[in-house]
Formats: sequence, structure tokens, C-alpha cells
Amino acid sequence: MKIAVCISHVPDTAAKIKVGPDEKTIDSSGVTYIINPYDEFAVEEALKTKEKFNCEVVAVSVGNDNNKETIRKALAMGVDKGVLLKDEKTRDSFAVAKALAEEIKTQGCDLVFMGKQSVDYDNSIVGQLTAELLDYSCVTVVVDFKIENDKITAEREVEGGKEVVETQLPAIITAQKGLNEPRYASLKGIMAAKKKIIEEKPAAAAENLSEILKLKKPPTKQPGRILGTDSSAVPELIKLLREEAKIL
Amino acid sequence: MANKIIGILEQRDGKLKKSSFEVATIVKKLSEQLNLQSETVVVGNEIDNLNDLAKYGVIKVTHFKNKDLQNYSSSAYKEIISNYAKEEEADYLLFPNSSFGKDLAPLVSIKLSAGCLIDCTNLDASSGELIATRPLYAGKALVDVKLLSKIKIITIRPNVFKPSLVENEAKLNIVTKEIESPNLKTRTVEFKKSEGKLDVAEADIIVSGGRGLKGPENFYLVENLAEALGGAVGASRAAVDAGWRSHREQVGQTGKTVSPSLYIACGISGAIQHLAGMSSSKYIVAINKDKDAPIFSIADFGIAGDVFDVLPVLTEEIKKLKS
Repeated sequence: MKIAVCISHVPDTAAKIKVGPDEKTIDSSGVTYIINPYDEFAVEEALKTKEKFNCEVVAVSVGNDNNKETIRKALAMGVDKGVLLKDEKTRDSFAVAKALAEEIKTQGCDLVFMGKQSVDYDNSIVGQLTAELLDYSCVTVVVDFKIENDKITAEREVEGGKEVVETQLPAIITAQKGLNEPRYASLKGIMAAKKKIIEEKPAAAAENLSEILKLKKPPTKQPGRILGTDSSAVPELIKLLREEAKIL
Repeated sequence: MANKIIGILEQRDGKLKKSSFEVATIVKKLSEQLNLQSETVVVGNEIDNLNDLAKYGVIKVTHFKNKDLQNYSSSAYKEIISNYAKEEEADYLLFPNSSFGKDLAPLVSIKLSAGCLIDCTNLDASSGELIATRPLYAGKALVDVKLLSKIKIITIRPNVFKPSLVENEAKLNIVTKEIESPNLKTRTVEFKKSEGKLDVAEADIIVSGGRGLKGPENFYLVENLAEALGGAVGASRAAVDAGWRSHREQVGQTGKTVSPSLYIACGISGAIQHLAGMSSSKYIVAINKDKDAPIFSIADFGIAGDVFDVLPVLTEEIKKLKS
């Protein structure tokens, strides 16, 4: 078995998002970038699986040199090596999936983890697209993962419960919060990561299937009214919900 | 022959879900705007409320049936739907943006070489070309986007597009097609129901609690209000990370992004990640001791008071109103 974990480099969830001058991308000045939070669960699950089967884990990321910071983070957590698939242009989910699929094939990985979505574009489809391009099985939004021989049993979170899904390798699993508790990189891990290799190569060529026309801020909500400071304001609240919001 | 749009419906336990009627409504609307033929498809075993589709103006539903397809199987569903879309030469496929639609739509899109836009909150076809609006960064930004592929796949966010009944019920043509041996390589073998009655991702009313509740033992206040309103319980990241509530209830950037008709935030100060996830709610009520909390900046109505004082009174008043 060989494992790939696909990671993306995204604005910190605490970041304020401003629209850039091109009105198509964000103004990234002053924005801190982090490893996509869901990808941390993917890295942890890849490492847990590696510990069980004693196999190699490769971290793959599509983007520019800035992504190396996020790849280093995965290496510090214990991933064996990194691959940066370079492209300066913004890729949509399809073009990202194409690049990942090519590299997963090249690396010969039969088990792939990634976050269930990246918290920037919120697309939540790269895992499925990549799996389908490779003709791998795919289970998304996974909160529990088991593998025995080539058989996978995973629980995926859905509305009102969990689906227990069975499938087989080769497979792509997308991680949901709750799958595990991602480890912190130890000092030793951070030192070791500096010596690990990040291979750089151009991302496989691919066309975007979507075009961003305009990025904008959501309409700003006007602050409403504070009706009071204790439960004596409840009757007025109910009146407003009935008469103005017409909800009750 | 006119081009075609197909709505993909979702069933659970042999019943079409509410999101299916939202899909049916939008399929009908887009078919009129873009001059398309329209029909719907559902995969499952027995489904007992297919006739309800007529009330939403659906004229045709194709039901792919097999006893092993009652529960979701991505390998089987994607083959059935993409084969049918190819046969029918569909140009547009519309899915609900539920865990079902999000999983399935991209799988089908590769099979059809189609582009796919997820979680759309507005669809504008007035120019003759479909422009979708979808939130990014959990709602901190919106993007207008179009697909460049010939076949186009869209998923629509729950609760945003309301199902609308038609004046004159359509004459519904139900076509049942038995599936002989579905591809069950990836299949659901068991469904584990969660305890909560309603899921935040689907609920039209959400009552959320945060750190202001002071501990998991006090969440009954939030639960009681949610129950009185017929809504779902949500939680802030702080409450989830503290282990008070399950992650499935988390609202915000690393939880669920929601757009209910009414969102009541109790003891939630309103971190940027939380506000992003719920600010597109139609009406927002905030109850928080700190009058300067950021949550009040986006709330329609607020009570700058103690949740322990306000919630029991509010719950009682709503119960009285409903009885």
C-alpha cells in the first residue's frame, strides 16, 4: 500500500476576506495562510494508517511556492515526502483534480486522503472528481475509517445520521472533523521535516470548466435593534417575529 | 428537439425529501426561462410520495428501482444517472446540495465531461445563459460564476429556493425502471440515526448555543426552545471544541453553513467563522449578555441579557402561542 494525502493552502478561518482589484480573486495582503483545517484530519488518518501498515505517505499540493509552507507542516507531522505541483494560475476543482489524479497515478498510491472541502472555495468536490478520473472508489465526509485487507468500512456524516459505507481499494477518502484528533508536530518532527524532500514539478495541464465572473462581498446586514436587557423584552421579540418576520 | 434539464431527486426511507421539491421547483423555473424540456429522476426502492411531485408542476419522473438501492450507493447511483442523462442527451442536471447531492454530482460530472457548481444560492438565467451565485469562504464572499462545459451540473443549497406549489396540478407521468444488477462496489450497509430530531443542515429554524451556556448541562435551555419552535439545535465552535456538543451541530466555517428562515444565537458572541456560517439566515435573533458582542452587528433583533433569564421565558411564551 502507498498513501497520498492531498493538502491545500488556504486563508486562516479568522481572516477577513476582501475582494481584490480584479474583482475575481481576494486581496491576500495581510492574510495569513494555513493548511486547510480538514486536511489536517486527512494527514492524521494517513499517518495512523501508515503506522498500522508501515507504508509510505506522500503529501501532494497544487499551487505555487507558498504552498511549501503547508507541505512542510504535513512533513513535520510525519509525512515522508512532499510533491508540489506548480501552477501560478487559479485552477478550478476540475483542473486541480486532473493534476492530483496524474500525480497519484505517477506515485502509484492506492489509498488517498484529503479534507472533505477546502475552506476557501468550499467546493467539496475535488475528492470525488479525482476518484472518478482514476476510477477509484470514493467515500466523502468520513468520520470513522477502517481498513482490513483491501476492504474499507467508513462512516460518512449525512443529514440526520451516519451512513456506514463499504468499499474496496483503491480509494479516496475525504475527511470530516471528528475523524480523529490531529497530532501536533513535535520539535523533532519539525527538525526532520527540514531534511525531507519536496519534489517540484509542473502540474498537469488542464482546462478550467468554470469561469469566475465576479467576486463580491455579501450584502451587509444592517444591525438590528436591541430590544432590552432581560426577559421583559420577550413579548416585544415575539411580536416582531410574528408581525415583521412573519415566522411564528 | 428542445434541450433538456433533469432534476435529480433524493429519497430517504422510501420518501422524497423536502429538498426534492425544491429541486423540482427550480427545474420547472429554469426550463421555462431557458426553454428546456424538463423531467426528474429518482433512484430507490419503494417510494410512496412520488405523486406529490404533481403539485410542484412535475410532468415526468423516472424511478429507477431495486431493493438494494433503498440506501445510497455512489457506484450504482452514478452509473444509473449518468447513463440516463446520456440517453436523454440532457444539458443540465440539478441536484440538491445535500450530502447525497454533493457526493454524487461530481461523480456524474466526470462521467458526462460536465462542469459542476456546488451549493448555489442564486441562479439567474435572464440573459439566456445560466449564471450561478455561490458563497465562498463559508459566506464571507460570494461569487458569480458560469460553466464553460456543454453539459452543466448544479447543486442548490437547501432552504434557499422554496418549493412552490402550482395552481393547476400537472399530469404526472411516473415511469418505473427496474435495475437488474446494480454496481454495489461502494454501498451503504447500515444507517445510524443520530439522536437529534432535525439536522441543522436542513432545518428552517435553528437555535444555537455557545460558550455563554457555561456548560453542556445547560444546553437543555437551547433544546427546549428549539423543540418549542420545531427547529434544530446548533452550536458554536467553542461549544463543540469544548466537547459540550457533537460536531454535527457546529455552525460556521469548519462546521455547517446554513440559511434558515430564523436563526437564534444564544450565548454566542459571534466569532468571524461563526458569523460567516449563518449570516445569510433570513432573520437572526441574538441573546447575549455582552451588548458589544459582534453577533449583534448582524442580528435583526437582540436581547442584551442573560440566556439563563431570557430562554425559559421565551420558550414558555412560544409554547403558549403554539398551543
